[in-house]
Amino acid sequence: MTEKFISIEAIAKRYPGAGGGEIAVFENLWLSMQRGEFGCVIGHSGCGKTTVLNILAGLDAPSAGAVIVDGQAIEGTSLDRAVIFQSHALLPWRTVLGNVAYAVTSKWRDWDRARVRAHAQTFIDLVGLTGAEHKRPSELSGGMKQRVGIARALSITPKIMLMDEPFSALDALTRGTLQDEVRRICLETGQTAFMITHDVDEAIYLADRIFLMTNGPAAVLAEIVENPLPKDRGRTDLHRHPYYYAVRNHIVDFLVSRSKSFATDTPGHDPRNVPVVRIGKPELVIASVADGPLQETKQASWPGLSRPSTSS
Amino acid sequence: MTSSLRLRAAIVSIALFAAFIGVWHIATRGTGAVASMSPEYARLMGLTATAGKSAMPGPLDVGAKLWEHLQRPFYDNGPNDKGLGIQLGYSIARVGLGYLLAVIVAIPLGFLIGMSPLINRALDPFIQILKPISPLAWMPLALYTIKDSGLSAIFVIFICSVWPMLLNTAFGVAAVRKEWINVARTLEVGTLRRAFTVILPAAAPTILTGMRISIGIAWLVIVAAEMLVGGTGIGYFVWNEWNNLSITNVIIAILLIGMVGMLLDQILARFTRMVTFPE
Ligand SMILES: Nc1ncnc2c1ncn2[C@@H]1O[C@H](COP(=O)(O)OP(=O)(O)OP(=O)(O)O)[C@@H](O)[C@H]1O
Ligand SMILES: [Mg+2]
Repeated sequence: MTEKFISIEAIAKRYPGAGGGEIAVFENLWLSMQRGEFGCVIGHSGCGKTTVLNILAGLDAPSAGAVIVDGQAIEGTSLDRAVIFQSHALLPWRTVLGNVAYAVTSKWRDWDRARVRAHAQTFIDLVGLTGAEHKRPSELSGGMKQRVGIARALSITPKIMLMDEPFSALDALTRGTLQDEVRRICLETGQTAFMITHDVDEAIYLADRIFLMTNGPAAVLAEIVENPLPKDRGRTDLHRHPYYYAVRNHIVDFLVSRSKSFATDTPGHDPRNVPVVRIGKPELVIASVADGPLQETKQASWPGLSRPSTSS
Repeated sequence: MTSSLRLRAAIVSIALFAAFIGVWHIATRGTGAVASMSPEYARLMGLTATAGKSAMPGPLDVGAKLWEHLQRPFYDNGPNDKGLGIQLGYSIARVGLGYLLAVIVAIPLGFLIGMSPLINRALDPFIQILKPISPLAWMPLALYTIKDSGLSAIFVIFICSVWPMLLNTAFGVAAVRKEWINVARTLEVGTLRRAFTVILPAAAPTILTGMRISIGIAWLVIVAAEMLVGGTGIGYFVWNEWNNLSITNVIIAILLIGMVGMLLDQILARFTRMVTFPE
């Protein structure tokens, strides 16, 4: 399937600047995704990742350009595009069941109570919250709240899942379990997913393609890294894969040394034809990638277990 | 730990109360016969002169009188002699009516102001000017236009309780967490449903805090308003008993005003707790 399911075409977002002018968060940004694909965006804080996601969700309108989903330009929010919010955004006056049921009744307004309840329950069970249906958000742990957020997003059976750093506030163990669950659910249901993360390992574990953004203002989509790891990968033996360190180092190198000066280093960068990086298959690497695919010397400076955080 | 703290606090409260009653009793008790005087003259002068009794009633006098009132709170012997229950009932009814009117006006209007920046800006100057006006300053205007003292008192209650509710509702509605609104937006929830299912529950604690402030102010104002308009009510009772020089009754009325005020406040506090959910 090569047809574009999501196509972000030449979008820009500008805010009024201090001196009466305008500050562009990004200009002329192009990005496309196929149906069933899992895309992760990585970039430094403030580069405009949330802005892109909000435009994709329809919560925010671009200053220029358009977003086309399934052949139609989007106008505002839609029940086809579910959002999992970073801060879970549960309604504290509703129970777990009430929060999920709220989404279900929003999509199927004519359903009776029993049907809504049964449908919501299916998704609460899916994220492993059986037994906690009647608890309020304040009685849940951070991981459980985020699970409710996932259940709520999935319960409306969206075509696209949009996630803004969904696991960044969680401890490593909970994050791991939820990553497994999101991955399983997305694979099972063939979801198209777009996720923002600061965690390189999370991106490598979940994504089919990883979008690297340069620092703002005037951020650009610098590279698209194709994940060389097989589709059926395990979270725990990720680092044993021969290409793992190569991908990881490439991304970390980008974030540490290239994301800031990318615009000056790469004057001929074409936002419509962003270079695709295929690590471990040197014959396919596109020439404009400056560093080459793999630098063995850098490996030592990033021991496999450390997780350089890109958030400031 | 907390229960022992509560117990100790209760003991201290009771001790303070006992000390207060004791001091009050000693300060107002009679000092015995002060001067010898002819029996006729003594009968004319009363206990104040003969037994050195203070003009201020002591706790025992107040207690006895209170007991008397509690025995028959609802008697009605004409315009100037009604039971305390009736008087309080009039006051509570006026406060209730004025307050209810204020709720009906302030909450929908506050919603509108909170949701529309245009209306917010447009109404702001009026609110800023009207809000600091003492509610009693409206009284002559109300009496002149409404031509009914009872309704005027209700109007004064309305005007004094409308502002805290209006401002709190507007603030609460405008300050609803953006992400909750975004949840409703991503679910394509319509404006009306959003107002009732997201904005109202999210703003409810702030709205009820405003309502709690309002009921407090309304109860403060009703006493003064009834002193002005006269006729019935606990405020009128206080003024009437002052004219009768019955300090005992005035003290009893003060006590009851405090108790009812506390009760009203507690009721609203309970409602506020009912709609407040920690995140
Ligand atoms: N309302 C606004 N007015 C002006 N500038 C804004 C506004 N909202 C966002 N910005 C700017 O847009 C830029 C991108 O913000 P955005 O939230 O998309 O960043 P981000 O990549 O998601 O960062 P983070 O990783 O910290 O979440 C920031 O530099 C921010 O200052
Ligand atoms: Mg962000």
